Amino acid sequence: MPSFVNPEKCDGCKALDKTACQYICPNDLMVLDKEKMKAYNRDVSMCWECYNCVKICPTQAIEVRGYADFVPLGASVTPLRSTDSIMWTVKFRNGTLKRFKFPIRTTAEGTAVPDGGFATTEKLDTPGLFTEPASLGLPEVFTLKR
Amino acid sequence: MASFETQIVETDLLILGGGMAACGAAVEAAYWAKQHGLKVTLVDKAAVDRSGAVAMGLSAINQYVGLKDGVNTVKDYVDYVRNDLMGITREDLVANIARHVDSTVHLYEKWGLPIWKDEKGNYVHEGRWQLMINGESYKVVVAEAAKNALLQDGVGQIFERVFIVGPLMDGDRCAGAVGFSVRENKFFVFKSKATLVAMGGAVHVFKPRSSGEGMGRAWYPPWNSGSSAFFTIRAGAEMTCQEVRFIPVRFKDAYGPVGAWFLLFKSRATNSQGGDYMVERRPELEKWGPYGRVKPVPANLRNYLGMLDVMEGKGPIYMRTEEAIQKIADTCKDDPKAYKKKMKDLESEAWEDFLDMTISQAILWASTNLQPEDRSSEIAAAEPYFIGSHSGASGAWVSGPEDLQTDETKSDYFWGYTNMSTVKGLFCAGDASGASSHKFSSGSHAEGRIAAKSAIKFIVENNSMPELDAAKVESLKAEILKPLDTFEQHKNATTDPEINPNYIKPRMFMFRLQKIMDEYAGGITAQFTTNGSLLNKALELLGLLREDSEKLAAANLHELMRCWENTHRLWQAEAHVRTVLFREETRWPGYYFRSDKPGLDEEKWHVFANCRFDPQKNSWEMRTRPIKHVFGQRQEPAKAAA
Ligand SMILES: Cc1cc2nc3c(=O)[nH]c(=O)nc-3n(C[C@H](O)[C@H](O)[C@H](O)COP(=O)(O)OP(=O)(O)OC[C@H]3O[C@@H](n4cnc5c(N)ncnc54)[C@H](O)[C@@H]3O)c2cc1C
Ligand code: SF4
Ligand code: SF4
Repeated sequence: MPSFVNPEKCDGCKALDKTACQYICPNDLMVLDKEKMKAYNRDVSMCWECYNCVKICPTQAIEVRGYADFVPLGASVTPLRSTDSIMWTVKFRNGTLKRFKFPIRTTAEGTAVPDGGFATTEKLDTPGLFTEPASLGLPEVFTLKR
Repeated sequence: MASFETQIVETDLLILGGGMAACGAAVEAAYWAKQHGLKVTLVDKAAVDRSGAVAMGLSAINQYVGLKDGVNTVKDYVDYVRNDLMGITREDLVANIARHVDSTVHLYEKWGLPIWKDEKGNYVHEGRWQLMINGESYKVVVAEAAKNALLQDGVGQIFERVFIVGPLMDGDRCAGAVGFSVRENKFFVFKSKATLVAMGGAVHVFKPRSSGEGMGRAWYPPWNSGSSAFFTIRAGAEMTCQEVRFIPVRFKDAYGPVGAWFLLFKSRATNSQGGDYMVERRPELEKWGPYGRVKPVPANLRNYLGMLDVMEGKGPIYMRTEEAIQKIADTCKDDPKAYKKKMKDLESEAWEDFLDMTISQAILWASTNLQPEDRSSEIAAAEPYFIGSHSGASGAWVSGPEDLQTDETKSDYFWGYTNMSTVKGLFCAGDASGASSHKFSSGSHAEGRIAAKSAIKFIVENNSMPELDAAKVESLKAEILKPLDTFEQHKNATTDPEINPNYIKPRMFMFRLQKIMDEYAGGITAQFTTNGSLLNKALELLGLLREDSEKLAAANLHELMRCWENTHRLWQAEAHVRTVLFREETRWPGYYFRSDKPGLDEEKWHVFANCRFDPQKNSWEMRTRPIKHVFGQRQEPAKAAA
């Protein structure tokens, strides 16, 4: 049962068309039970424990219980992701707690500019890519023909 | 036939997949397409923000050459890759990626990916070619640039949750792709002037070690199922290195990464008796020609030395985490304050390595009360995967760039458009293109850019929309939706929809494939060993499985996707078995061992083993292609320093 949903916390993303967990799961596993208005993982043996559903759920209803066929019970790893960092709480089987915080990006969400501000000087029939050679930090692109 | 609306989408460039290579392709294509008034369409089976092998994040960028600092050259990288792949490498392709990859990494930094820096502001290297990152949102950041590029100026559009099944052809030219939505009853026809395949590699072709709930925890993500290989094979493209599967050695069971432990923390791996197989088994390396003498030791040979220990009953193999941490901490043992801080930093770095890219490993450590500074952790060889961008090399045979050819290489390695397969208008990047391994996340992105620019050039010079035969499209639609019809037709024949003599469900189909591959083609239970007789038996059983693929049944859209994923795996499997059989030697012990051809045969097999499925004749052809050097002709491979 790798990712699982706490029925008390899941609100079915307020009955909107697309639930967040269903939107994000790379393996199309999260589905909404329309009668109960609760989400569930439809095929736990195809779950990568990638935590993308966990990170995106607006009500923090999704958790992960390590794969039963090799993970002893009792531990948990819980993320809290903000716009610039992620905080992890690792709870050991014996109760030990550890917390870690890591940056996740250095720019504001949505602001990635495709050319990164580098000059675009190449032509369609030259070997350079559109931001080169500026984005290489070199005067020219390496070639054998000169 | 199940009632599905058909949606026809016309575009100039069609990008298939939304992973690292596809995102690179999108960014590059958008620029050139805008200049030439062209349209670009990207299609992903998942959500681009979190799709592909980087969906969870990564803790390192594995390819950065550092050309601007003058420490490494393009040739250095080519030497490293050729040596690691036991000499089987297209130097022109590897050099092309190596000369552009830094540009991609510098873009990542501008887009907002946190790359570790030292006090002087230089990148922190994990190893010679690897950079440490805070990579939880690696894919999100890279996807954002791709989406901004395609959507901001209206040059492109993105379809998510559309599963691509196979190619559309107009004679010998690729005319686009067909697929279906996994959200609504809709059949998609994408018509294009050029098509760029970047749908990743394949897992679950071989039986995984965990076969219960943990089956999805393969090292490679369960959602990449050989779609690139299927697409290119069925389009009639020549394929290369289909025998070169990858088996990573990782922390046992949860497959946590070992790169940081070996490279950054300089950890040793030892067997149950404390012996270090890299030291004790060094003489074995002599058997593997010049490749046994290079540094770093090729990945498959490192695997092999560890496997020999395990086969001799000397397991388990342990990563000596406690020893490595102690050694580093000892560098400041005379200063208690510095020592405490060092220990804390190391602990955090060790856990971040897992939390950024293999969270399961953190759960496994926590659930077994394991702290790396106290106790060693087991490592083990995983099962085989197909990933041409990592330390495997399987993929399509593509043209190299003209300006990186010599007079000798040009006739074999260049045919007009960089990264175009042998099929007109069909381009490949990342895991989809072969014989150019070790591109990893950054090199795949760079290669996506290279292929996209080249595909736009192809469109500008071949600016006509291929013709589509409406009857052919209808028959493809019927074929693709057939599993739904099969299920409807027969579901009431038994009381349990899972057990029915008239059809096979995709899950059991996958298990059948995995059992064949595991036992006959050198999977884990066969200790990665096979031989000609076993491989011929595998072909016979795969043939029956191919016949039964006509009887796959799906109860819903999700299962329809599973049906086609497994058909894709089946074709990847067949290309693999045929090529392992064709190459009559053992070149990559540690990836597979042919017990009937147990040694390296440089004289006969220092060549590429290629295959092609002829869609007209419905049969496979095998052939070799020569290995030619772009950089300096040498008998001995270069001794690249570690
Ligand atoms: C566990 C792991 C750890 C790794 N660690 C590192 C590392 O530390 N550093 C590093 O640099 N590299 C690392 N790599 C390598 C890196 O992830 C790959 O090289 C890179 O992602 C390959 O890019 P790609 O675009 O070819 O495939 P992917 O990025 O996997 O993208 C494939 C895309 O195709 C889509 N797709 C698949 N099938 C279909 C279909 N039928 N229809 C439509 N879309 C489809 C998928 O949804 C996805 O969007 C790692 C890989 C793995 C698996
Ligand atoms: S994202 Fe959370 S709240 Fe929304 S449906 Fe999924 S589990 Fe429920
Ligand atoms: S953990 Fe990942 S694979 Fe598993 S259900 Fe959530 S999003 Fe899907």
